[in-house]
Amino acid sequence: MLRFLTRRTLGAVITLVIISAVTFFLFFAVPADPARLACGKVCPPELLAQARHNLGLDQPLFAQFTAWLAGIFAGRDYGGLGHCPAPCLGYSFVNQAPVFETILDRLPVTVSLTIGAAVVFLTFGVATGIVAALNQGRPLDKIVSVSSLIGFSLQIYFVGTLALYFLVYQNQILARPQYRPFTEDPLAWAAGLVLPWVVLSIIFTANYTRMTRSTMVEQLGEDYVRTARAKGMTGRSVTLRFALRGTLTTVVTIFGVDLGALIGGAIITETTFGLQGLGRLSINAVTDSDLPVLMATVLVAAGAIIVFNIIVDALYAFIDPRVRLS
Amino acid sequence: MTIPAPAVADHSGTPAPKDPETPETVGRSPGQLMWLRFRRDRTGMASAAIVLFFLMVAALAPVISTIYGKDPYTLYGQDVPGLLNEYGYPVLPNGGISSEFWFGIEPNLGRDVFMQLVYGIRTSLLIAAAATVLVTAIGIVMGIVAGYAGGRTDYAIGRLIDITLSFPATLFIIAFMPVVENIFVSPDEETPVWLRAVTLIIMLTAFQWAGIARILRGQVLSLREREFVEAARVTGASPARIVFKELLPNLWTPILIQATLLLPALVTAEAALSFLGVGMIEPIPDWGRMFLRGTQVYQNDITYLMFPGIALVIFVIAFNLLGDSVRDAFDPKIKR
Repeated sequence: MLRFLTRRTLGAVITLVIISAVTFFLFFAVPADPARLACGKVCPPELLAQARHNLGLDQPLFAQFTAWLAGIFAGRDYGGLGHCPAPCLGYSFVNQAPVFETILDRLPVTVSLTIGAAVVFLTFGVATGIVAALNQGRPLDKIVSVSSLIGFSLQIYFVGTLALYFLVYQNQILARPQYRPFTEDPLAWAAGLVLPWVVLSIIFTANYTRMTRSTMVEQLGEDYVRTARAKGMTGRSVTLRFALRGTLTTVVTIFGVDLGALIGGAIITETTFGLQGLGRLSINAVTDSDLPVLMATVLVAAGAIIVFNIIVDALYAFIDPRVRLS
Repeated sequence: MTIPAPAVADHSGTPAPKDPETPETVGRSPGQLMWLRFRRDRTGMASAAIVLFFLMVAALAPVISTIYGKDPYTLYGQDVPGLLNEYGYPVLPNGGISSEFWFGIEPNLGRDVFMQLVYGIRTSLLIAAAATVLVTAIGIVMGIVAGYAGGRTDYAIGRLIDITLSFPATLFIIAFMPVVENIFVSPDEETPVWLRAVTLIIMLTAFQWAGIARILRGQVLSLREREFVEAARVTGASPARIVFKELLPNLWTPILIQATLLLPALVTAEAALSFLGVGMIEPIPDWGRMFLRGTQVYQNDITYLMFPGIALVIFVIAFNLLGDSVRDAFDPKIKR
């Protein structure tokens, strides 16, 4: 286990450095001068040069990248701007704030959105999948299959906007989606996010239903399930202890992928509902050519995908005793 | 070599009470068997018909335009007074649907929605189809090379796949669009449409090939150890022969299934990018751009959003159903 984690963490760090490097060098093709932003509108050439020097922009590109990388672990000093402590992801002149603070500020929105929706679509998706598998071929199965196919083919920007129109603007059944911190007022937090949760769940549940159903059907035909039945175990314990356990591997895999993708930035969802999470932050960073923020959001998004990948692989061993970590 | 198909196609179990003089045992190729199974699948045939309908509409867009008497570019609402009110919204209810404008008029610009939709399929499908072909081609090459060559080549391609799959693709494409424009277009020029389309296709391809390559690599790894490949190698077949004559024929099933599922995924991906403002640009009709406009005006004119929305849902459902049916027809052993 320890060897597995060490090896995968090392691999993850290397992947992240490569992804950061690709992003960093690509985006230097965009002519946006952070020094000019730092200096202000009326900027004499000497001051501009000073600002460039303070930000390290007069260094060669590669040195700038290594400085950025080192800043994450050791912090960084910006002459005239002060010190940026250890996980330093740079300083954004568009937001007039250290990037790490902005990320921390926006992360709760995206995490709240993801966790709330994930709870709903995971439980509901797996439950409907099991019900469909146990009723294979019957009308209930057909209904579940057809509705999950429709759900699977829906788009957030279409369903979300329809929901906004009919539930918020036309009939005022729900409040306009907004983010209120959980610690301030849990009720307002839930009320503000319930619509995005429901819409995200409609779309994501379908995939879990389909996957759970098909894997469960397969599992119910496995030898060990037959053996368990032959031993005289009841239907319920065969389903729950054997078939469901085998199904979990598939569910955990897609759950890991989905969580990684959502935490990394539910860009479309946040755009549709006007929530200011990481996804919106990254889009704004592109529009404002705010390289430090963009680098940070790419790093967080890639990091989320990779971390959840490792968690999923580690979970396999717990779920399926036949899997050995290597 | 393809794994030999069973000579008897009809495995429904009922003994055929046919004329005893005509023997029923006919040898059929796997392709024929697949087609037979597919034809019996009513859902599959229906979804194939819908998909075909969409393709026909895309192909015949100019003909439809001539018959309908309008084009997707003319600003009818601005040219003809009385169609749009002073706020730029259609005067008639339901987005200005009338016998003249079947699906209504676009708010502000006043273009014909029906024509936008018909020509929009073209853009979306062309981009998605081009990307699907590229993704499949690259996926096949990378998957087979990794699986067949093994060793260091496999390791290198495997890591490349891992890194590609770890990229936050949507975010990266959004961020990359301005970069491309900066490199190829001077600030005082407008971005040419072909450049946007080509960039979209390349970017979609760059992040999608890894999935199909990973699947095919796994397939090749298991096929490589099979007896018929070993037999071919022992009899001195060249690697090229083994790849093209032994491995590839057995890979067409997963390839075709993946490609059928990839196309609708890419259509929605392209629409999503246009919705986020980095897809196709004016004045090219495009479904994603219609979504973007639709979400801007939905509080006053929900009808405009309904047409691309429903059209896309039908298209994606039909294509996903078709993908499922193709899979069933190719591989009847898979339980669904």
